[in-house]
Amino acid sequence: MMEIVKRKYVIPGDVITTGPYRLEQNVYQDGDRIISTSIGISEIYENAVRVIPLSGMYIPKTNDLIIGKVIGHSSLSWEFDINSCFIGFLPAQDVFGRDYSPTKDELKARLDKGDLVAARVANFDRSRDPLLTIQDRDLGKIESGELIKIAPSKIPRLIGKRGSMIQTIEMATKAIVTIGQNGLIVVSCEDPVGLLKAIEAVKMVDAQAHTPNLTERVKSMLGVELGENNDTINE
Amino acid sequence: MTQLMNENGIRCDGRRIDQIRNVSIKVGVLKNADGSAYIEFGKNKILAGVFGPRDVHPKHMADQDSGILRCRYHMSPFSVTERKNPAPSRREIEISKVIKEALQSAVILKDFPRTVVDVFIEILQADGGSRCAALDAASVALVDAGIPMRDMVSACAAGKVADKIVLDVNDEEDKEGQADMPVAYMPNLGKITLMQLDGILTPDEYKKCLETAIGGCKQVYEIQKKALMEKYFKNGEA
Repeated sequence: MMEIVKRKYVIPGDVITTGPYRLEQNVYQDGDRIISTSIGISEIYENAVRVIPLSGMYIPKTNDLIIGKVIGHSSLSWEFDINSCFIGFLPAQDVFGRDYSPTKDELKARLDKGDLVAARVANFDRSRDPLLTIQDRDLGKIESGELIKIAPSKIPRLIGKRGSMIQTIEMATKAIVTIGQNGLIVVSCEDPVGLLKAIEAVKMVDAQAHTPNLTERVKSMLGVELGENNDTINE
Repeated sequence: MTQLMNENGIRCDGRRIDQIRNVSIKVGVLKNADGSAYIEFGKNKILAGVFGPRDVHPKHMADQDSGILRCRYHMSPFSVTERKNPAPSRREIEISKVIKEALQSAVILKDFPRTVVDVFIEILQADGGSRCAALDAASVALVDAGIPMRDMVSACAAGKVADKIVLDVNDEEDKEGQADMPVAYMPNLGKITLMQLDGILTPDEYKKCLETAIGGCKQVYEIQKKALMEKYFKNGEA
């Protein structure tokens, strides 16, 4: 369980290590040297090497939960701005079912320009734009909440180890935070004070994502007692 | 003609022959660009902004297998002593092309098919060696935008002035000197991505000039690295 994780700050071109390792994200091999391709934090664990990037755009991955904005539609599908270099496609069949017919159904009635939608990436590869789906629990149009945009590379930090960070924020503010892997976040809360606190906490994670003991500092900002065990927050 | 070097080997701006001008780089100076950098390389003042990866317009330029790189080097009308016509000149079009090619071998755009990465370089004040300084800024801006790269690109010129090989020629030495050789270099891979030569050198001088220029690139690399570290890792340890 407790494998040794070596961490280092790297910029493109920095040699992380030499030797036989499995290559993961943002690294490449030149001879026997393993070199970073991005600015970020390098990690060596379980014979694998990767770099967690600190900048960059969202690259869709199958099964990612994302938040997209409708930018238009054709007679067969909607197009989404998913905060990436690609446009997301949601086919009309996904919403209306197999018997969808362009003559009978009106796409605008369900989702219109500017609507925010929580969706999952159903399929994405190099040859086509990402295909989205809203056929799952908790997916579909987002009716209310406050939209925040943060760097997609900082989403893992916002979630935290086994969801510790986001649970801390949700428990302390009673807000519901929907996190899209593409860097868009919707916060909704009955209590306006809680809403502002939650937004502030998310922005704090965005600004200080690369610093240690962030959960502790978010806790003290939110007024949660320090040293409290994560298990008690989970109950 | 002004004297370019005195009897002690001190150049017209007070530098030794193996000394580069003062270089300072700031990362992330533009809010609206995906990545940006500002460099002061001696009296050169240059802004670089990077957009992308994003949709390609016009569409026919898109590559189905890979992303493409576009580059614009532009001098502001006020960047030189006499007003420069802002329309792209022959010289600017050529420099845009060589900068693009120097960066092309560093960026990895295989994972971004049908997209483009745009690099915009604006010369606010020119003082000789602006293409090298522009490349230095562009490379830092690309890293800031999170574009995957094989290595940083660091550039610096060397040349022949008053029969001596000197590092980092300035405007005056460029105009009056005997040769000017801009070099862009990937410091960790040890590869050259740009090499131009204006003037005449003997084979021995050529070798020495290239070595001198690469030495300059390595010095610039340290400054680029420091600038990036400053922005991204200012507080805290990994």
